Amino acid sequence: MSQTIREAFPALARPGFHYLDSAAMAQIPGLVSEAVTHHNRTARSNVRRGLHEMAQRADAAYDGARAAVGRFLGAPAEEVVFTAGCTLALNMAAWGLGRNLGPGDEVVVSRLEHHSACLPWMALAKERGFALRWLGVTPDGRLDLDSLGTVVTPRCKAVAVTHASNVTGAVSDLPRLAEAAHGVGAKLVVDGAQMVPHGRVDPRALGADLYAFAGHKAYGPTGIGVLWGRAEILDGMAPLVVGGGMVGTVEDGDFTWGEPPHRFEAGTPPVAQAVGLAAALNWMADLDWPAVRQQEAALAWHLLDGLRSMDGVRVIGPLGLEARVPVVSFTVAGCHPHDLSHLLAGRGVAVRGGAHCARPLMSALGLEEGTLRASLAPYSDRSDVDALLAGLAEAVKVLR
Amino acid sequence: MNEELYGEAIKDLAAREPVVLDGADASATLDNPLCGDRVTLDVRMEGGRVAAIGHRVKGCLLCKAAATLAAGTAPGLGAEGAARLLDQVSNMLKTGAEPALPALAAFIPVRPHKSRHACVLLPFKALAKVLAAPIP
Ligand SMILES: Cc1ncc(COP(=O)(O)O)c(C=O)c1O
Repeated sequence: MSQTIREAFPALARPGFHYLDSAAMAQIPGLVSEAVTHHNRTARSNVRRGLHEMAQRADAAYDGARAAVGRFLGAPAEEVVFTAGCTLALNMAAWGLGRNLGPGDEVVVSRLEHHSACLPWMALAKERGFALRWLGVTPDGRLDLDSLGTVVTPRCKAVAVTHASNVTGAVSDLPRLAEAAHGVGAKLVVDGAQMVPHGRVDPRALGADLYAFAGHKAYGPTGIGVLWGRAEILDGMAPLVVGGGMVGTVEDGDFTWGEPPHRFEAGTPPVAQAVGLAAALNWMADLDWPAVRQQEAALAWHLLDGLRSMDGVRVIGPLGLEARVPVVSFTVAGCHPHDLSHLLAGRGVAVRGGAHCARPLMSALGLEEGTLRASLAPYSDRSDVDALLAGLAEAVKVLR
Repeated sequence: MNEELYGEAIKDLAAREPVVLDGADASATLDNPLCGDRVTLDVRMEGGRVAAIGHRVKGCLLCKAAATLAAGTAPGLGAEGAARLLDQVSNMLKTGAEPALPALAAFIPVRPHKSRHACVLLPFKALAKVLAAPIP
């Protein structure tokens, strides 16, 4: 099973190469690259503008891609907005919900957020004068849901949280967060960048109002992301970017917005990338997920177990497998993450060292030098984890 | 395995306790926002030249080693000398120039690792920065 998954990824064919940096960017199946190439060969045309044959094929491909993303999310296609990436989707969500907020209003963001999820709200709070309230984290890198009752007040208009942490791997309890947010009339905005690569997600069933993710972390191309929103939320939301393709009427003095999802897709959209993302999500949907989950869990356990038995290693995040994705951060006493990741790179082991665009979390957990992060995907195997553990032991010897 | 970067000379430099300087005339802090390294230098000046220097580093082993060396080389330098030293270290890494000081040779193995040049240069940039600013 896992052998065939791995074989689907041409970049992983190189012997001795151990890719454990999928949380930064996942590898891409050959068939996804081919889908993009095929689209460019046979249907390269702008969308929603032309009547010729290529234009019609492009429209069909783009609409088909939207429908595929909708199927993956258990949502109608009209609730799927294509964006240039997860960061843009999260900015669109913040400005869409927050541009009319002001003094007296509050927005809750968590300390577990990637900068792409918290900075849009921080920037907006500065501009609009509303208050930002931080939902804290527990020592094992989960959202501190016990403090929800005090952090989410009747003034709260939006709660922005990550579905899965790109540092600790902790998976958030979205239904509980939705209950707290909706209980005071606030919207729940979710960053799904690290969750979607690990299986299908139904954001509506989980209680989200807006849900964002990136194509390149979900085995798709770069330059594509998704903002899903409940139809009734998108209907009332203003677009962040205006231009061609998103308008209703335009007159000298004014213009009206078109309907979602096109309202949020000004300009030529990333058509070929959308086609690639659809191919990636279709590929994912066809996997035997119970088997994949079991394999990911077994590897994550092997990794956590190996790390725990090493001198001076501290795992940053949940030590168990409950409610976590296989993204594992850790520190090694006396060794800086960059020195370790460079030494590991020399052994063909690709991991990431640093703050992972998560300074609020690093400060909350007292991690001045950041962490080393190993992230697994369905194509990871035991040799990857073994190479990391063996390489780490040697790297530590070099540095100490 | 890239071990060549972590020779004894570099590890010795990195392991030395940073010098703390009280009563500094000027300080400068420089960050490498991509990797999170941070170097702070404090200097006491006499006649436009460094009389004493202290340093604080939050960063990788290469950055710590370079900070020790930058601090050790600083006494007696003025603004021009610090700018020249930065150029010399940069040229040694990027264009293969000979090390201007014997101790700099410890960093020759960093040459082929472009992504790590910034770690070595940060303390020398901080030194050039603190001396370039007018001393109050
Ligand atoms: C949790 C999380 N959110 C958002 C992002 C931003 O995604 P992108 O850089 O693709 O826009 C990332 C990327 O690292 C992430 O890990």
